[in-house]
Amino acid sequence: MSFQVVFLWSDVLLFVLIAAIVALILWARRQDALRAAWGRVARDGMAMAAATVLAAFVIIGLLDSLHYRPRLDARPGEPVRYAVEVHSALDALLSDLRQRSEKTYSAPLATHLFAKEALENSTQREFPRLKHGGTHLGADLANHEFDIALRVSRGCAGGVALWLLLTTLWCRLKGLELLAVLAAMKPGADLKVGAGDTAIGAEKNVATGAVFVTLLAILLLLGIAVALGGGYHVFGTDKVGQDVLYLSLKSIRTGLLIGTLTTLVMLPLAVLLGILAGYVGGWVDDVIQYLYTTLSSIPGVLLIAAAVLMMQVIIDTHPDWFATSAERADARLLALCLILGMTSWTGVARLLRGETLKLRELEFVQAAQAFGVGRFAIMRRHILPNLMHIVLIALVMDFSGLVLAEAVLSYVGVGVDPTTISFGTMINTARMELAREPMVWWSLAAAFTFMFALVLAANLFADAVRDAFDPRSSA
Amino acid sequence: MLAYVIRRLLYAIPILIGVNLLTFALFFVVNTPDDMARMQLGVKRVTPDAIQKWKAERGYDKPLVWNAAAAGTAAVTDTIFFSKSVRMFAADFGRADDGRDIAREIATRMGPSLAIAVPTFVLGLFVAIAFALLLVFFRATTLDFTGVVLCVAMMSISGLFYIIGGQWLVSKVWHLAPISGYSGGLDAGKFLILPVIIGVIGGIGSSPRWYRTIFLEEITRDYVRTARAKGLPERVVLFRHVLRNALIPILTGVVVVIPTLFMGSLLTESFFGIPGLGSYTIDAINAQDFAVVRSMVFIGSVLYIVGLLLTDISYTLADPRVRLQ
Amino acid sequence: MTGKSILSVRDLSIHIGAARPVDGISFDIAPGECFTLLGESGCGKSMTALGLMRLLPAAAQVAGGSITFDDRDLLALPEASMRGYRGGQLGMIFQEPATSLNPVLTVGRQIVEALELHSALRGTAARARAEDLLDQVGIPDPRRRLDEFPFQLSGGLRQRVMIAIALAGSPRLLIADEPTTALDVTIQAQVLDLLDELRHKQDMALLLITHDLGVVARMADRIGVMYAGQLVEEAPRREFFAQPAHPYSVRLFAALPDSERRGGRLATIPGSVPAAEIRHPGCRFADRCGEAVLVCAATPPPWREIAPGQRVRCHLPGAAPAVLPGVGGGDTAPSSDSRPLLEVSDLQVHFPIRRGILQRVVGAVRAVDGMSLQLMPGRTLALVGESGCGKTTAGKAMLQLLRPTAGNVRLDGVELTTRSAGELRPLRAKMQMVFQDPFASLNPRLRIGDIIAEGMLALGTGGKAGSGSDHATAATVGPLLEQVGLRADMVSRYPHEFSGGQRQRIAIARARAVHPQLLICDEPTSALDVSVQAQILNLLSDLQRELRLAYLFITHNIAVVDYLAHDVAVMYLGRVVESGSADDVLRSPRHPYTRALLAAVPRVDGVRGDAQKLAGDMPSPVKPPSGCHFHPRCPLADEACRRRYPEETRFGATHVVRCFKA
Repeated sequence: MSFQVVFLWSDVLLFVLIAAIVALILWARRQDALRAAWGRVARDGMAMAAATVLAAFVIIGLLDSLHYRPRLDARPGEPVRYAVEVHSALDALLSDLRQRSEKTYSAPLATHLFAKEALENSTQREFPRLKHGGTHLGADLANHEFDIALRVSRGCAGGVALWLLLTTLWCRLKGLELLAVLAAMKPGADLKVGAGDTAIGAEKNVATGAVFVTLLAILLLLGIAVALGGGYHVFGTDKVGQDVLYLSLKSIRTGLLIGTLTTLVMLPLAVLLGILAGYVGGWVDDVIQYLYTTLSSIPGVLLIAAAVLMMQVIIDTHPDWFATSAERADARLLALCLILGMTSWTGVARLLRGETLKLRELEFVQAAQAFGVGRFAIMRRHILPNLMHIVLIALVMDFSGLVLAEAVLSYVGVGVDPTTISFGTMINTARMELAREPMVWWSLAAAFTFMFALVLAANLFADAVRDAFDPRSSA
Repeated sequence: MLAYVIRRLLYAIPILIGVNLLTFALFFVVNTPDDMARMQLGVKRVTPDAIQKWKAERGYDKPLVWNAAAAGTAAVTDTIFFSKSVRMFAADFGRADDGRDIAREIATRMGPSLAIAVPTFVLGLFVAIAFALLLVFFRATTLDFTGVVLCVAMMSISGLFYIIGGQWLVSKVWHLAPISGYSGGLDAGKFLILPVIIGVIGGIGSSPRWYRTIFLEEITRDYVRTARAKGLPERVVLFRHVLRNALIPILTGVVVVIPTLFMGSLLTESFFGIPGLGSYTIDAINAQDFAVVRSMVFIGSVLYIVGLLLTDISYTLADPRVRLQ
Repeated sequence: MTGKSILSVRDLSIHIGAARPVDGISFDIAPGECFTLLGESGCGKSMTALGLMRLLPAAAQVAGGSITFDDRDLLALPEASMRGYRGGQLGMIFQEPATSLNPVLTVGRQIVEALELHSALRGTAARARAEDLLDQVGIPDPRRRLDEFPFQLSGGLRQRVMIAIALAGSPRLLIADEPTTALDVTIQAQVLDLLDELRHKQDMALLLITHDLGVVARMADRIGVMYAGQLVEEAPRREFFAQPAHPYSVRLFAALPDSERRGGRLATIPGSVPAAEIRHPGCRFADRCGEAVLVCAATPPPWREIAPGQRVRCHLPGAAPAVLPGVGGGDTAPSSDSRPLLEVSDLQVHFPIRRGILQRVVGAVRAVDGMSLQLMPGRTLALVGESGCGKTTAGKAMLQLLRPTAGNVRLDGVELTTRSAGELRPLRAKMQMVFQDPFASLNPRLRIGDIIAEGMLALGTGGKAGSGSDHATAATVGPLLEQVGLRADMVSRYPHEFSGGQRQRIAIARARAVHPQLLICDEPTSALDVSVQAQILNLLSDLQRELRLAYLFITHNIAVVDYLAHDVAVMYLGRVVESGSADDVLRSPRHPYTRALLAAVPRVDGVRGDAQKLAGDMPSPVKPPSGCHFHPRCPLADEACRRRYPEETRFGATHVVRCFKA
């Protein structure tokens, strides 16, 4: 093999999470109430558009979670050695972007560096040509704008073609007509195609049109990015000449991890303690309440700062624990998730405790007690399933907040490892350059745009999920 | 009512002790002072002497909780736990790495923090409630829908963006306000305007949306129908009946943060160069000044607990059902 | 109809999306008249009332018709002028006095607000008038009450405040939407008296909306029967009660439980009220009507006048049969000489009240305070009392769902109170409970099969317990479902697919599954409509006959007691004040409370009880009055009653009364 597969802890957890979600979906399909609620989400065009965007982000994040170490060239007979650097499948796909780094800043789609430099054998200071951006133009710079326009249109064409291919394939598979799917997007219109086909009954309830339109937008952007990225730095380069588009794409995984693993880490604890406190009551309740009141009384940022500082001491004083720098950064990322989770479980636990108190008094719980059903069986059969919607809502509602929090924490200096590419580290390094004249804005703009797209999609999706699952908001 | 307040006060004591133990464990047990010294002095080139000196400068060279070498009460008092953690109850926070007294530093930095946090809080609350009321008054119209979408979009923007974008637009492009800095007295106004406005705008996303849900939930109640059946106009129903009841849950969410206003805002203060407690904390985190971070953690929780207490009291004042029982 | 009507509704239709909760109804109300809209839940009567006030929820809209009040078309008025009518000419009171008043404004403020809107009174004058109004609606000490908040008042007083608010605009028509449904019978009697008195004094018309035939008999001048969004019968009171004409009206009467139908079966109406989305080509009642002929399902029936003032919308010639034949059954109660199945002696359940800094126990809510009773196998004992008297708590304490503070509970001779949870488990199969709220008593996340099998699996009574295999449970659950009148193939459905009555059947099947000897039924029909209630009562009596079940039937509904109880125990403030056979207690009540309670029940035959009406509310169980708990409300009380709680006095073999004056 020419490479060695590396499983970072966060990768494993991420895949466990994906497996859990798949299992949950399979389980939910058999539950009437859950299926009905998800059905409401699926019929919501806005939610499905947001879900499509999220899916695109997730695909990038997952690609970026398949890690490996390439084998170093070695003469036959020598033991096989692998590079210290850990790459991901995404890195392999984007190897062009990753490797074509410039000397320092360059603006988006530029052909020259951003700063003047003294050229060799010349006293004049000039903008030097980039090593990679726009080199295919040669000396013929008059063609620059035309070339960009050409590439954009080629990218658009490619995106549309891919979209047509995918959607037609899907429609063929489901026995639908593409035009009919799109026409059904009009408010009030129903998807009526080929009556009598059973597949339509199911498809009718999904806002397929919204998915298709969003997909078109994503594929158009993808096509343009691919077409332009072949010859330029689409979002420019940063201080050390790295491609900003590459950095933005790499940041997605970090954001996703922080947004999901954190909640995942805290959930079992919050659910267990919340239900125990609410159902068992007495001193158990007192202890658990004391625990979470104490923890939540420390302002979140400060507790995180303190814990991260301490964790940093541990990591720094034990360099021998980690084989590669990627593993060390990964450990710090996980620790950050853990710390964020530990500080935020209190809210969910409090919520679940309150809800359990209400459920405990309901007559179906008393009916179970009248049968002598054991405490833990009641908690598992009667309390937990009736709390799952709150857990789910907490999960999706927390996601966007956590993605935003990462940026702030990294800015404060208690976020991810400085070598981990994330929105926070991107912003943190870029804001130093704001004072420059003219301003270096593209790093910031790229980070904020990607983050905005991710968080907005997550918020819209979370809203739809909450509306579908919260019995109070259905009225 | 008095008994209730006293009981809540008594309940705060074990929580404060818990916080104190937790910070102690976090700062001195998870990592030994040796580890901290090694990390601050650089892991590789560090001599035992340097570590000893670092510890002695900060008073970390004592035993953790029990000084076997000392006699009498000193066995308890001459320890890290007593001198660093227990003494915090007496507002003795010790010295920062730069040798300054932390308590005094906190006292002087509180003013600027409040100068920015209080106007932001008051104005933000007013704007949020007014905006939510507007949306509710025009509920189920295009205005309401647009407002909600706007809220979601604004919620999805990073707080950093508001600050960076605001600074760039207002200070660099329009030259309307200084980009950062602070001065005492009346001059402070021109430095405060921008951060306050940005703070208020940054908060527009989440709070009004939350308040709107509370109002909408309240509007479905039976007593609202009674009020309408009296012939009251919608405006009166909203302001006299709905607002009064909705303020109770809003109050509980809002009062708790009032004491923590003293702590200032980490981001705003550091971006705008305001010498408050927020920027103090950030500087301490960046410089890895453990003594300052530890003190801020403790003060933060004290203030939060005060906030909880105030919440309980305000709740009893606002809701006659609680007040009169 | 005499003279000109004050309110005239023509073809009023209200739509919510595709649903038509009100579908073309017309009626008139004369000045000073009491017109009653009678119907079961979901028939559109509340929607009609809200439509008259133009207070419909946002999703609903008036789709057609007219509402003429005092020669003005209300539907044509701009919203601003409508507000003058709302609360001024038209007053309205609602069902839930607990939630219909603003919790954070004082009573005075809420009345003055209405006065300021509809009169020139301001400031102290308005306040004085508010005090006046409170006095008029019979609230004692009105000046003090003005500054109190709604939560400080009892349910009955709150409803009086609601009436005072409605009176503030001196309305000429008062719309009362189920005004007494949430109140106890003795309080209901007070409020109905008040409404009647006000109507006569102020010459105010009353539109009363109710599902209770007793209330109709007590209050109405004329009656409109609503079914599925339409009026199906309109008649003056006398004619309606003498000879109801529509098959639906007839069945409503036949479904009422009372002593005459004892031991027999109640008439039920098959199926349930159709959903408001359904369109009907013919008569809306056709598919539930036993007499329906072909034309019924095809064409909507026209109005037909069958007596002066009595109209009916039915194809069938003449009036429907007045009395439906009941299935004779005879009294099946076994003789009472066997050993009691359930024996409760001196049962107490106290909930501690903690106060002060250290949360010391400073007192107790004496929910159940020394009650004793016996229940023989196969018999039904009704535990009767108003809300807050401790009857539900007592039921749960007997099952050990709540641990009693003191006293003994013996089931089949076995003492329960001293047993641990583990020791109780094998005994739990003998005693089960059916709860009040059919919507809260089934776990929405479990399938019906799992719900019913839960007890069998937990108690190991389902044959192969522990295996829990699907076919084992399906084999036992199916027949259970059929026994309670559901289909065996419903096992894999979820509770939300069932109506209230069906859910209550499932709850009965669940309890029945473990073969109990004792079933404690806690108000099992109070959340159901009359016709559905009849189905459940029939089911319960069938089960008793087949399985020799003993029922402890907890209820406030005297008619139900009269229909099915063999023995009756009347509870007041945590104690049984009178017990005995149903005949003894209901026919010759000895305790003044029992007498007042029975007298307060509005009777369908319109006969008013002549016993004295009870004044005031039940005292708080935190501080029960000294001596006899009932003495502050008792017309016969004297010094002895104030000092000492009366001992048991026996009349005959079983009739026991705790009163000095009995």
